[in-house]
Amino acid sequence: MTLTPTPGQTVGPFFHYALPYDGDRDLVPPSTPGAIALHGTVYDGAGAPIPDALIEIWQAAPDGTVLQQPGSLRRDGWTFTGFGRASTRRDGTYAFSTLVPGPTEDGAAAFFAVTVFARGLTNRLFTRAYVPGDEAALAADRLLASVEEDRRSTLLAVADAYGLRFDIRLQGEDETVFLRFPGH
Amino acid sequence: MTSQADITAEITAIEADYQRSGVEETQPRRDYPPYRSSILRHPTKDLHHADPETIELWAPCFGHRDVDPLEADLTIQHSGEPIGERMVVTGRVVDGEGRPVRHQLVEIWQANAGGRYIHKRDQHPAPLDPNFTGIGRCLTDADGGYRFQTIKPGPYPWKNHHNAWRPAHIHFSLFGTEFTQRMVTQMYFPGDPLFALDPIYQTVTDAKARERLVATYDHDVTSHEWATGYRWDIVLTGSHRTYMEPQPASTDRDDA
Ligand SMILES: [Fe+3]
Repeated sequence: MTLTPTPGQTVGPFFHYALPYDGDRDLVPPSTPGAIALHGTVYDGAGAPIPDALIEIWQAAPDGTVLQQPGSLRRDGWTFTGFGRASTRRDGTYAFSTLVPGPTEDGAAAFFAVTVFARGLTNRLFTRAYVPGDEAALAADRLLASVEEDRRSTLLAVADAYGLRFDIRLQGEDETVFLRFPGH
Repeated sequence: MTSQADITAEITAIEADYQRSGVEETQPRRDYPPYRSSILRHPTKDLHHADPETIELWAPCFGHRDVDPLEADLTIQHSGEPIGERMVVTGRVVDGEGRPVRHQLVEIWQANAGGRYIHKRDQHPAPLDPNFTGIGRCLTDADGGYRFQTIKPGPYPWKNHHNAWRPAHIHFSLFGTEFTQRMVTQMYFPGDPLFALDPIYQTVTDAKARERLVATYDHDVTSHEWATGYRWDIVLTGSHRTYMEPQPASTDRDDA
């Protein structure tokens, strides 16, 4: 049996009192040893920052384990669940406090699974933020290899003083590569 | 400012084009100019095909630590009764194969009976209801079922064009058994006269697909001298992972 999926709809302008919650963006407290910021700015097609977007990440643990731990909505401060949610601020920036995910298999490239919601965005968008550094793993990655070379960098987080920077451009030059999974 | 007649003409032209194309669409268009905010916020390049891998084949796990069962009742969050038509919205979350999405998070938010959100950017001069916030959460049961008790939201004006009104709706946020199924959508009420005029509802160009966003009035959900009842089932995209019975989590999955 194959059913037709229910259509998505925009998250709209009024999600801020509903979807954000205390601790949503802190997968680990920022003071945790090894904690980094995964942060960036979300831009529209005119290059203007988007102050009403919502970013979610879902990631493996530093040792590459895929976790099935409850507690993302009521964080206890020590359980790493791998899920986080951050709304953009007035300047279009978002930031998570998290740990760098490890490769889920030997030789695999590590990445954050990322979902983007925004007013004006009629359905969610999926992308990946790859962890930089392991050139061999990145070169061997199937998805990256399938992307035109001049767009590949839109999927790579960039190391900086705070951790990793990952800007998201919904449209225009340097538009982020967004993903369509089979069955969508 | 653009008139409703102009917007309606754009909507009608796009739907006529769609019907001529003969290619079925089941999801909203990302590029839908009658919804003005979408113009600079839609990707212009085709989405890139990806086979889901590792983390994408799993979804975050939420448990009873995360969600209090009382959060499913939006009518009891304050000291008094909210104003409006008390109603129950219930249904099932299933994947594209019809399998229940068990023990997974459902979040909703909505305007009050007067069409006003508790949001600092909602400037609609309708009254706030001190007894209604308009946020609910629950976990689906072992059959994928969810159930909220709430107040029927009112339609509200917005700034897309002159005299623009949203049909009454409840926003839904859903997780599946894998991250590729993550979705946010809106549930509408049957027979709303604003459907044809609303460029957000109409981002879904296919009439049958739009109807999948509309709940059904169900007198068996309605309760005697208490609340009206609506049923709305949600189908997520098919899951890619070979189906397994839910596995015990590594530690204390507290959803018994
Ligand atoms: Fe709304």
